[in-house]
Amino acid sequence: MADFVDLWVYLSQTPLFGLTATLVTYVCAHGVYDRMNRAPWANPVLWSVVSIGCVLVATDIPYPTYFAGAQFVHVLLGPAVVALAWPLWLRRSEIRKRGLALMLGAIVGGLAAGGSAVLLAWAFDMPTEVLRSLAPKSVTAPVAMGIAERLGGVPALAAVFAVLTGMVGALSAKYLFNALRIDSWAVRGFAIGTASHGIGAARALEVHPDAGAYAGIALGLQVVLASVLMPLVFRWLS
Amino acid sequence: MIALRGLAFLLLLQAAGEGLTRTLALPFPGPVVGLVLLLLALHWAWIREPVAAAAELLLAHLSLLFVPVGVGVITHLQLISEHGVKLLAAIVLSTWIGMAVAALVLRYLLRHDAHRSSDG
Repeated sequence: MADFVDLWVYLSQTPLFGLTATLVTYVCAHGVYDRMNRAPWANPVLWSVVSIGCVLVATDIPYPTYFAGAQFVHVLLGPAVVALAWPLWLRRSEIRKRGLALMLGAIVGGLAAGGSAVLLAWAFDMPTEVLRSLAPKSVTAPVAMGIAERLGGVPALAAVFAVLTGMVGALSAKYLFNALRIDSWAVRGFAIGTASHGIGAARALEVHPDAGAYAGIALGLQVVLASVLMPLVFRWLS
Repeated sequence: MIALRGLAFLLLLQAAGEGLTRTLALPFPGPVVGLVLLLLALHWAWIREPVAAAAELLLAHLSLLFVPVGVGVITHLQLISEHGVKLLAAIVLSTWIGMAVAALVLRYLLRHDAHRSSDG
């Protein structure tokens, strides 16, 4: 038994632990997701995060120890964002035709998402740094952190809010779009990418290739628009 | 090998993007500039095949890449429990508002081209 404890203590301190835990948990969660016919509530990101989070909290392993291994997965987010150019390129003529509509949709949708978050938080009487960290929550996590910092928010909080927002979108988009009778895959994908960035786009890519491509466009537009417009809006308000 | 070559291209373009944002002090993150650079580079046919292989691999497993950041939520459990219901209500409602507004606006703006594409 003591040998086992020693082994666990040793393994949980090496980067091997975080990487293995991330991959094994995700593969299992994805297996369940497939078996449930990819129902939104079975989202593999949600259940992987919950399972790993519970293990870390229960065993007192600090997050940085986990991240030492998990960062090898995390760094691939960069090239994955670059890779979004591929589905865009495949649909370039269609996107060029719809350029103005997509730009307007992104501006209005992004304003609605960020603005309503700030207004709700203000109505609920939450502290200013929470308000300022909520504003960029519809932008993909690494970018949201940078924007929050410029707005006077807390980058780590912004990342948490962005992740939660992504999961809310991935979990509920299907029901919301069905209720609104939105049946175009392009529009559904674009809306999920606008409000819930990469985690929403990942869900869209799994559901339909058109939805995935438009989610990618929306994600890219939000990143650029929010980086430029949000600091301006906040400077103008204060 | 072909996917690896593609991954090398993607990393190079991301690095170029990071370099450009820093030297020109652009307000965009490096990978987004890399995305734009790749869109331009895809005009060369020889780059397409490797990039397609790597992109398809990465994008098919995009969800996995968010797990490490997602687990970071555990470092802020205290704040979440402090503001709990209000915070979640603000996040959930604003996400729904954002999605609904984006979907309704775009559906309205694209109402005339529903008949010429097959995605309706």
